[in-house]
Amino acid sequence: MRTLLCLTVSLLLFGCAANAGIAVRGEIVYPVAGDPITDGIVLVEDGRITAVGPAGDIDIPEGWEVRRAAVVTPGLIDARATVGLSGQYNTDHDQDVLERTEPVQAQLRAIDAYNGRERLVDWVRSFGVTTVNTGHAPGQVVSGQTMVVKTSGRPLAETVLVETAAVTAFVGKPPRPWGQPAGPQTTRSMQVARLRQSLVDAQEYTAKIVRAEDDDDAVAPARDLRLEALATVLAGETPLLVTANRAHDITGALRIAEEFGITVWLSGAVEAQGVIDEIREAGVPIVVHPTTKRAYGDYRSFSFTTAAVLRDAGIRTVFQSGYESYVPKTRVVLFEAAMAIPYGLDRADALEMITLEPARLLGIDDRVGSLEIGKDADLALYDGDPFEYTTHCTATMIDGRWEWEGER
Amino acid sequence: MTRTALLFLLLAVTASTAVSADVTAFVGAHVIPVDGPEIDEGVVLVEDGRIKAVGPTSDIDVPGNATVVECAGKVIMPGLVCTHSHIGGWGGGDKSDPIAPEARILDAINVRDSGFMRARAGGLTSLNIMPGSGLLLSGQTLYVKLRESETVEGMAYLDDDGAMLGGIKMANGTNSRGKPPYPGTRSQSAALVRQRYIQAQEYLEKIDRADGDASKLPSRDLGLEALGRALRGEVIVHHHTHRHDDIMTVLRLREEFGLRVVLHHVSEGWRVADLIAAAEVPCSLIIVDSPGGKLEAVNLAFDTGAILADAGVDIAYHTDDWITDSRYFLRMAAMGVRGGLSREKALESVTLAGARMLDLEERIGSLTRGKDADLVVLSGDPFSVYTRVEQTWIEGTRVFDLDDPDQRLYAEGGFGATHDQDVYLCCQGGHQ
Repeated sequence: MRTLLCLTVSLLLFGCAANAGIAVRGEIVYPVAGDPITDGIVLVEDGRITAVGPAGDIDIPEGWEVRRAAVVTPGLIDARATVGLSGQYNTDHDQDVLERTEPVQAQLRAIDAYNGRERLVDWVRSFGVTTVNTGHAPGQVVSGQTMVVKTSGRPLAETVLVETAAVTAFVGKPPRPWGQPAGPQTTRSMQVARLRQSLVDAQEYTAKIVRAEDDDDAVAPARDLRLEALATVLAGETPLLVTANRAHDITGALRIAEEFGITVWLSGAVEAQGVIDEIREAGVPIVVHPTTKRAYGDYRSFSFTTAAVLRDAGIRTVFQSGYESYVPKTRVVLFEAAMAIPYGLDRADALEMITLEPARLLGIDDRVGSLEIGKDADLALYDGDPFEYTTHCTATMIDGRWEWEGER
Repeated sequence: MTRTALLFLLLAVTASTAVSADVTAFVGAHVIPVDGPEIDEGVVLVEDGRIKAVGPTSDIDVPGNATVVECAGKVIMPGLVCTHSHIGGWGGGDKSDPIAPEARILDAINVRDSGFMRARAGGLTSLNIMPGSGLLLSGQTLYVKLRESETVEGMAYLDDDGAMLGGIKMANGTNSRGKPPYPGTRSQSAALVRQRYIQAQEYLEKIDRADGDASKLPSRDLGLEALGRALRGEVIVHHHTHRHDDIMTVLRLREEFGLRVVLHHVSEGWRVADLIAAAEVPCSLIIVDSPGGKLEAVNLAFDTGAILADAGVDIAYHTDDWITDSRYFLRMAAMGVRGGLSREKALESVTLAGARMLDLEERIGSLTRGKDADLVVLSGDPFSVYTRVEQTWIEGTRVFDLDDPDQRLYAEGGFGATHDQDVYLCCQGGHQ
């Protein structure tokens, strides 16, 4: 009867799982917020986690769906992606990932281009990724904004966690989108000059607004979306996510952080091992390059050990899938973390760096990132060690709904 | 020479495993011969760069003069064979002709490219180095052994007459399209290729008719000569192809001209697995971390290898380095296992199956008595993410050692790990 009622309600309210309870039982449950639990249970009701603990301590209410898995982890979080703005066809039709109208485009919002039903989003979800910080790709001095969104493909009103998560900047040799001609010749000095000038412009824009508020004779400036976005960076409301890979690009980004007193997150940081003291001193977190990045251009000195070295140095480090202009069109953050483990990264740290740590960085750890009572029911289920090549993700739950079921 | 120096030299020679006539015994490892069952605790005996014996520790007598490499707790398998690599040089062909059989990749390979060191660090010992897929036929490939060498001749596989061995690289689908003289459609692609093979047939007929009479011989044409070798079945055509209909086009071409073909990439092979099996054409596959990136690869799947193998197709994997890094070659086969491929087939897919696709199965691909002593020492199971390649040996010589800090650089990356590298950028920015 209860099932029948549930079915009826589910038809009315789209989504039985969001209304009835589900018990997920894992041979090992990794809450990440605490120690792994052997034979653990996670109870889910109304899209939230209501209990986490050993099977002996938790009673599964009668009639609840029980789903078993070898391993249960929190839904994975990709700290820097382009999926949804970037599509797998890689034609004009599905590439909204890099506008090249002007060098500084801080006004470009990710929400205006994100396609939640893009197959690349489906793809990463099928490996347990439930939340992505996705947006405009590196390439322009300021390419645009990123947003934090659940990967369920449901309407943005339900899935967006942070509408403007970061403004993205870039210093170095720009990646070239597939099939497009090379961009205008640019140098690092000019990139940094343009970035500084636009931040100075935003400072003056803000100052004019403040003056107009205080002084009846002063005229407020015409509203400028680009400067408005940069003003939020200057105000400390939005971080500047700077893709900088070579050591001199990293120090260049740190110089800007200091000059403007803004929050900078470094993305890529391929040559971080050469300037590790400077990074630590600046207290800047690293969204480290994909472990499987290809060794050429600004990535020529990339190392499989970067993530481990940064983590060991006490620098907040999280993983990303990043941006790919060709094949594969996206990487999978699960693999990027896994493949750093044989090169010195602690296994538990690796899991934290694709769950709770990026949740903290993105300011969403009250909602996601660990299996704790009250948090969103975002879970990933595996038939073995999630990091092993031969293990499959068997189910992905987002907000209490099964959004992937299969064997991948 | 002083007595001390002489003694030192003698010691050095004795210690060096590089010297032939030495006997090396790899003792105590879990041995995966590939051509037979795995051995829990085994010995691999190497003499004069060849494998002399493989078996359980209890069955093999290690000679007293043997250099013993202690491998307890390790895993030993044959050196990895990659049927499709672009290390060592720019190989996309130029803009002069969409069909360039006269172009040889051997004339473009930089043996000092650090990519070779990274490949050794990944456990690779043999490669088929190919020109790119930007042309319908981009030239002649080269089969190399990853010996340390000052010259490409020192790396190449040679036939009995000392000629360097390789195949022919072809491509269809979208990479090889472009503005004239490049084809703009699939039909034009096929027509251009067929026309050129017909020319080569006629060229061979003229040579036959001349019957040794120099005055009747056609003018020598390096391109038609190369195609002639393919027509006579002396060399294998390595054919880049993704979509199911493009795969069938290759099979038609093969039928019409009697070519020996290996299909490469084969992203949609799962759609025509039975047809490929019926044609008895081997497939060398690639797995990347997501489908797409180009339209003809949107249906790439992890289970293509399993589906083809189940249909009876001989399958291998390849790196397409730099599309995927050679250091992740074992991972490729592991992802095949993730897609349902058996462990046995997966082990074969990066060793013996690849050797077959290069006509080298008599020399390499398994730990078999008489074959080249090309092997890899692993820290654990070949298909585990936690496993590291610790040593790579070629013909009895160690070419990679993880314990050597200078060589470790190539295994892990970092400043200097990519020196002398001329990255192959496939078709991007090529002739388009």
